[in-house]
Amino acid sequence: MKAQVIIIGGGLMGLSTALHLGLRGVKAIVLEQDSPGRHASGVNAGGLRQLNRHMDEIPLSVAAAEMWKNIKSLVNKDCDVQFNGQLRIAETEEQLKTLQKRVDDLQAKGYYHERIIDKDMLYHLVPKLVAGCVGAIYNPDDGSARPFHASSAFRHKAIALGAKILSHVAVKSIEKSASGWQLNTNQGTYHAVYIVNCAGAWARHIASEFGESVPLMPKAPMLMVTERLPPFLKPVVGAIGHKLSFKQMQNGTVIIGGAHLAHLDMQSQKTEIDFTQLKISAQSVTKLFPHMAAVRIVRTWAGIEGFMPDNIPVIGPSAKADGVFHAFGFSAHGFQLSPIVGRIISELILDGKTTLPIKAFDIQRFQ
Amino acid sequence: MSSSFRRLDEPDREWLTVEIEGETVCVAAGETVAAAVLASGMQSCRSTPLSGEPRAPFCMMGVCFDCLMGIDGTANRQTCQLPVKEGMKIRRQLGSAKAYI
Amino acid sequence: MAQHQLLIIGGGPAGLAAATAAANAGVQCLLIDEQATPGGQVYRGVADIPTQRAKLLGPDYQYGHTLVEDFKASTAIHMPSTSVWSLNAQREIGILHGTDNKQATLLSAERVLIATGAMERPVPFPGWTLPGVMTAGAGQILFKSAGIVPNNGVVVAGSGPLLLLLAWQYMQAGVIINAILDLTPKDNYWRALPHLPRALLSHHYLLKGLKYQRQLKHAGVPFYTGVSDLCAVGKEAVTTVEFSHSGGRKNIKTPLLMSHFGVIPDSHLSRSAGCHHYWDPNQLCWRPTTDKWCNSSIRGIAIIGDSAGIGGAVAAHHAGRLAGLDSAYRLGNISSQQRDENARQDRRWLAEDLHVRPFFEALFRPCPTLLAKLKDETLVCRCEEITTGTLRQAMQAGHSDPNQLKFFTRCGMGPCQGRQCDNTISQLVAHELGNNVGQNEPYRIRPPVSPLTIEQLANLQDGRDKQ
Repeated sequence: MKAQVIIIGGGLMGLSTALHLGLRGVKAIVLEQDSPGRHASGVNAGGLRQLNRHMDEIPLSVAAAEMWKNIKSLVNKDCDVQFNGQLRIAETEEQLKTLQKRVDDLQAKGYYHERIIDKDMLYHLVPKLVAGCVGAIYNPDDGSARPFHASSAFRHKAIALGAKILSHVAVKSIEKSASGWQLNTNQGTYHAVYIVNCAGAWARHIASEFGESVPLMPKAPMLMVTERLPPFLKPVVGAIGHKLSFKQMQNGTVIIGGAHLAHLDMQSQKTEIDFTQLKISAQSVTKLFPHMAAVRIVRTWAGIEGFMPDNIPVIGPSAKADGVFHAFGFSAHGFQLSPIVGRIISELILDGKTTLPIKAFDIQRFQ
Repeated sequence: MSSSFRRLDEPDREWLTVEIEGETVCVAAGETVAAAVLASGMQSCRSTPLSGEPRAPFCMMGVCFDCLMGIDGTANRQTCQLPVKEGMKIRRQLGSAKAYI
Repeated sequence: MAQHQLLIIGGGPAGLAAATAAANAGVQCLLIDEQATPGGQVYRGVADIPTQRAKLLGPDYQYGHTLVEDFKASTAIHMPSTSVWSLNAQREIGILHGTDNKQATLLSAERVLIATGAMERPVPFPGWTLPGVMTAGAGQILFKSAGIVPNNGVVVAGSGPLLLLLAWQYMQAGVIINAILDLTPKDNYWRALPHLPRALLSHHYLLKGLKYQRQLKHAGVPFYTGVSDLCAVGKEAVTTVEFSHSGGRKNIKTPLLMSHFGVIPDSHLSRSAGCHHYWDPNQLCWRPTTDKWCNSSIRGIAIIGDSAGIGGAVAAHHAGRLAGLDSAYRLGNISSQQRDENARQDRRWLAEDLHVRPFFEALFRPCPTLLAKLKDETLVCRCEEITTGTLRQAMQAGHSDPNQLKFFTRCGMGPCQGRQCDNTISQLVAHELGNNVGQNEPYRIRPPVSPLTIEQLANLQDGRDKQ
């Protein structure tokens, strides 16, 4: 089979790229080794967060936030988005000083999406927070969505625009061919002029097929979800002193993340919860939200995600191969960026450039 | 309306008292809360968080989670896994866990 | 260095027999039991049941007493009122123990035997979530562990040996049985017939069933066979049972309906641990892959009794002995010859017992179209109240395996963690896709597989290494 563009990886980055290419009349083929949205894209905490981003990600994040606000017009589904804000709590004055410094730095660079809120505002927004916290940084425009629903919506829209999404197709090797590239998979060979590497935690192997070595580390951050509770929390909550992401969904369940890692076997693609680590998450919860003590944990899980050592992704053209583009390594915070990344890649392919600053994400920083 | 369940007449039963929905009720030692609630004549032990429809114990062995009730202030306890204790306060579980908030 | 030599999960006949056999061969053995007293479900309460109640339950139940006595006489340690919420391939076990304030602890063992038994096959029908509708197993548990029986009549409906047993036990206790509705498909009698000659080798099973039936009919209990389209009707609770029989629609007033459609392995723990499972097309359930010593696909973990595949209490006892002896061999306490010699009788028993299985499996096999005939309004997921119609729509929209359905509709994400809908979903998906059930990956089951609170996890004790 052949196409102008073949996208390796049916997670949100790949689906978003296929969708944006489709919007411009290009029907891509997506090769997914499992089923679309099976891994990080489908099982993450669903945070739509501009708050506390790496400086270089901010322009992309701001553009993506606009797209999430209008997600229904992009993918015909609302993906269960809610925009009740995100905050990062300071328990001590020391911590608050650190947050203030960040806000000052951002404002110096012209960014005003994060602001400091005082104790009164904090407890107004999060009444069930334990007493004694002093303030937070807050972005009222942040929120969350449901990852599997978003992945499904992107997938259906991409298909409606002409993309072909093939499951259980694993790319074994890639070689140059007369017309561009030949991809050898477990289900036959494919030909393309352009290739996009959206293979997530598996992107390293794909990059190496082009002679590019990247220090991508697959890891499995753990999450847990509780039983349904009556509504008590609107914004998504993090804290500077804890590895914690804490949000209550519309259905009343609370999703608790924090990037504590599970054991991961990439060979079998199996994750195993490390309860001695997850215990730390639970301790953070009981410290900050004491009323959660007797709440039942209904499920724990860990998604397989690709991490870069500098915690920012690789986005941009291959340094060694013509017509090859990369979008991977989102280090557990790619969900919110996915709509804009797809647009950026489609622009790089079709226009040879993009309006957003992506120099910091160049693969060459590792070479 | 009489209870759908009754206790067999057995001479060696030991009795204790608990509160079911505020009412003092005699139950037998060794019974699970679910068994005691059924024997006391209560038809439904909870209402679901989604539609509010009534539910009662279904499997009695801990695999259906329909027997959830509030016990001594803690919500959503599996009553078929809990033996009765003197003075226990048992309440119907109405929807999701209001007891926490 | 693991903390325990052998850790057994489950206090029913398989677990008790395994613990006794292993401990008697010198193995340091800990048996974790969710109940306060040993016996599991089939022998529930047997250790301290009032004599007169035990008599009503019959001689098979009373046999459990011997198993418990043998266990108590061994050096195996019983850890009651303890639930297991996690087991992994490294044989690390998460437990919750204690009577008042539960403590969460991580343990480790050289070998683990999973003996979690069986659960009632969850079969959706209209009204199955109404108060007053329970499983026959629930009726048995109320009877055994609390001496509680129906007060104003009961309808017993479904298919399988437990149906007659429960009705007979109720009759002994003076309970009014409004009707016995046998939903065994008429076709099954023909399918089972070829297996009958072999089944006669274990004729005691068959005679028992016939005896119960005869006595119940003699007592005037209304029997309906070839029943289909069971419905429980009522508003706050069931008041009437409706069903199809002899070409017409009938109904019976009743405040209680006890249904039974056979039992299936409780494979929740073994699946969450990552053991390999396959779909058994005869028993219509997911079963772990095991070898002749009950070892699973994970080294050091064996699965015994009904949790490995439905065989009943006697088979469970003998399989437990096999696994206990094999564990003793693998832990270096006995030689392979000693193991084989001591296991000889158990192997013979199991071979004999198996004579009757094909007959019962064919006879009581649920109607294959039972699930396909589900009405759109019938609930499949009790916890999240997801109807068959919602699932069919989601499948038509391309969510074509149980896990995608789970993520998309929340079916299987409620408190029971998919225990009541897993069996149905797997068959429903295969029916929609037109493929074999075993081809579609079933629900991925994640820990904690039994209730664990945030505070309990926050106070987790790590007891894995020997000091």
